Amino acid sequence: MSVDHFDEAGAAVQAALDAGARYADARVMLRRTESMSARDGDVEDLSSGESAGIGVRALVGSSWGFFAVPDLDDAAARAAGRRAAEIAAASARVPGPAIDLVRSEPVTASWASACEIDPLSVPLSEKGDLLVAATAAARDAGADLAEGIYQIWDTRKWFVSSDGHRIDQHIRECGAGVTASAFGDGEIQRRSWPSHRGQYGTRGWELVHELALTDNAARMAEEARALLTAPLCPAGETTLILGGEQLALQIHESVGHAIELDRILGWEAAFAGTSWLDLAQLGRLRYGSDLMNVTIDPGIPGALGSFGFDDEGSPAVKRDAVRDGIWVGVLAGRDSAAMAGLDYAGSVRADGWARLPMVRMTNVGLEPGPHTLDEIIAATDDGIFMDINRSWSIDDRRLNFQFGCEIGYEIKNGKRGRMLRNPTYTGIGPKFWQSMDMLSSETVAWGTPNCGKGQPGQVGHTGHPAAPARFTNVRVGVRA
Amino acid sequence: MSAELDLAGRVVELVRQQAGAGAEAEVVAVHSADALTRFANSAIHQNVAEATTSVQLRLHLDGRTAGGSTTVTSAEGLTSLVERTVAAAGLAPRDPNWAGLTAPTPLRPSGAFDEATAAAGPGERAARVRDFVDAAGGLETAGFCRTTYVSGGFANSAGQAVTGRSAEAAMDGIARFEGADGVARLAGGKLAAIDGGPLGARAAAKARAGSRPIELPPGHYEVVLEPTAVSDVLDNLATWGFNGKAFAQHQSFAELGAHQFDDKITITDEPLGATLPFDLEGTPRDTLVLVRDGVTQAVSHDRTSAAEAGGVSTGHASGASRSWGPMATNLRLSPGPVTNAVPEEAIGPTAASARALVSRMRRGLLITDFWYTRVLDQKSLVLTGLTRNGVWLVEDGEVTAAVSNMRFTQSYPQALAPGAVLAVGADALPLPDRWSGVRYTAPALHLAAWNLTGNASG
Repeated sequence: MSVDHFDEAGAAVQAALDAGARYADARVMLRRTESMSARDGDVEDLSSGESAGIGVRALVGSSWGFFAVPDLDDAAARAAGRRAAEIAAASARVPGPAIDLVRSEPVTASWASACEIDPLSVPLSEKGDLLVAATAAARDAGADLAEGIYQIWDTRKWFVSSDGHRIDQHIRECGAGVTASAFGDGEIQRRSWPSHRGQYGTRGWELVHELALTDNAARMAEEARALLTAPLCPAGETTLILGGEQLALQIHESVGHAIELDRILGWEAAFAGTSWLDLAQLGRLRYGSDLMNVTIDPGIPGALGSFGFDDEGSPAVKRDAVRDGIWVGVLAGRDSAAMAGLDYAGSVRADGWARLPMVRMTNVGLEPGPHTLDEIIAATDDGIFMDINRSWSIDDRRLNFQFGCEIGYEIKNGKRGRMLRNPTYTGIGPKFWQSMDMLSSETVAWGTPNCGKGQPGQVGHTGHPAAPARFTNVRVGVRA
Repeated sequence: MSAELDLAGRVVELVRQQAGAGAEAEVVAVHSADALTRFANSAIHQNVAEATTSVQLRLHLDGRTAGGSTTVTSAEGLTSLVERTVAAAGLAPRDPNWAGLTAPTPLRPSGAFDEATAAAGPGERAARVRDFVDAAGGLETAGFCRTTYVSGGFANSAGQAVTGRSAEAAMDGIARFEGADGVARLAGGKLAAIDGGPLGARAAAKARAGSRPIELPPGHYEVVLEPTAVSDVLDNLATWGFNGKAFAQHQSFAELGAHQFDDKITITDEPLGATLPFDLEGTPRDTLVLVRDGVTQAVSHDRTSAAEAGGVSTGHASGASRSWGPMATNLRLSPGPVTNAVPEEAIGPTAASARALVSRMRRGLLITDFWYTRVLDQKSLVLTGLTRNGVWLVEDGEVTAAVSNMRFTQSYPQALAPGAVLAVGADALPLPDRWSGVRYTAPALHLAAWNLTGNASG
């Protein structure tokens, strides 16, 4: 293969224009993946993948078309451009309003994520030994089932648009985690380190070294077993303290998806859903308490949602989504922003060359607060601390949520007390966020590598800076 | 010989050349042409197609196992796939769980294949969208129409060599009225059998009947689940309960031979005609009876979970089955006896397959669809989720009010336990999964209780 693929992408764009498109863009992507899973001290699965192809997007009149093929020669690229335009023309049988694109400066650029240790260059035997050791440690400490996993993605892409973009990027992502399960009479308790399904980032294997999987595996097993005999999380309303990992998913589900402009505009109404947010209230709506400051920042070094440019060629720019509790910004693409009367895009991404770029989260997270977790606990007379996500569910307008966590603790008179099993909490988004009265400064950019959206389905990688926080009058202990 | 079987055979031969005759290799090559026309705000806003060929290799060499895949199917690309997979196997830790290769085994006849669906273009999909939108009578609409064609070949170093193809079409859409959504969806092997007009009219009727909902308090309610909601029940039973790996590792509720469900429940997996007639390990697919008359009969296995559980593969190996477990993706809940007690209604919120069941409910809820269902406890299969696309209060067999969406927390096996199923609808509808292209065939279900744990106020 050639060193770069601008020529093929350019040929596809030109073919789409020649076939009647008034705008076109193309992405050539080469992606290498590797993953391994282990169970109870044995490697369970080892897979590597290589994927290469081109995806072309064409705008004919007010209608989009997209076509993708795995062939990277000039003729195939041109044919793909023509097919994209033909599909766009077919879309005109059920046309929508006129489509404009907000301006995106034409740019020729190259960007790469920082990486100290190339994860694909680390010997498989070393990576396997890590998962074997971590799961064996958990098993030896009493887990009935110990599982470990790592995943690596190495993506190179070349983007060309008819607006003059020529951008290549090289993004390396990886991460890992270990989980210990204990089986009781009719139930299973689970503890995960460092988080549910592991921690991920746009970093090299140094990230996995920092996770210290083996050092923490035995404690996970001991806690999973202890949970089997711990009292149930009580049912009722109480003060809730969330660990940073759980708060990251709370942000993802009840803020990140809610501020996606395609949802707000109804483009996802039949599947992912809409949003409770109304554009007419942008800049005025109270989303949360004054402590709530949420940013959209794809430029955070090492966070999983980071890039140099999105998949429409818009550069990574930090923006406010919620400032002092007021909703002020959205995740947008060039067409959705124009339709909404906004002047910025920058949050459009695609899961591979064969998928249409669409509005996706980048890094959506909370700015740090003034407290520490210890201070929050010390300031709480009666409440519950919950950490590490176990389940998540939210309605199609991103209002009514229910989360389950792996572990909970009673908080009494400013101290952490008994362990609680099956902790759950539920609420309505804005009411919940407006009850946040303490926020820690101990921020971690948690990575979520499994964000589903779109039809055909796409899996997105997103980042969520978050720290422990406290919420008042939250309903907990929902169960069957 | 198909092009895909030729590709798979070439990779098996490359493995033999590079790793010797002692290497155990299995290769599946798949060409897929997926196209999906998506609409929102009553206009087509996303219209995509792809044509992809991919090759997956799994190799067991000197006691070590590795898998590899590629979309680069040139000679150079295939050689690279084999080289890196052989290298990976050499460096990987030992694999004590290798379950061997599938021996040469003939395929089951897989039924009709519709060439027209496989060759359908964007104009045919757009025409169905046009019909759906027009039939909604001016209501805002959203959804998709998709066609899928798959041709695959499998070969392994034990001599198994099989090939097959399948085509699928599906439509799924909502209509929206005063804050209420109504849905209609349908899947099948022929695009010609999918008419956007009736689907759009059905979705619009539901939306109109769903406006001005009342809010009900949480509690246990008698329910009629329409086929769209039942498909979620089947999905979660397949993913977590009938999953052979979960079963082998004692994480599933399933107990073979136990009377775990009501006598009215019979569930089968029926992949023939809906997908390729063999799995990723080359095992022929066939109908699998999971539950018969309330008694759990089987779970879905690949070769690894079968070996662990002391069974045989049921043809459910996938790219993720070693990690996530083998899952059945074409479940069918057998319909109940036909009753003719209720005349057809032209307009109304109730799907035809649920009308007879609704007519016999004294007080309860008619639920169209479930959304965002997630497991709280895998062993007991307790899930939480929400209703979507229409809920109504039923009193004395009549729909009396629309109800706002509610949250539930419910054990699915418990909801279907002996004595808990009051009736099963007489018509089973083939329905598309909203995400991945799998499909379920489901009638409506009348259940004694469903645990609603929250409402729009929280």
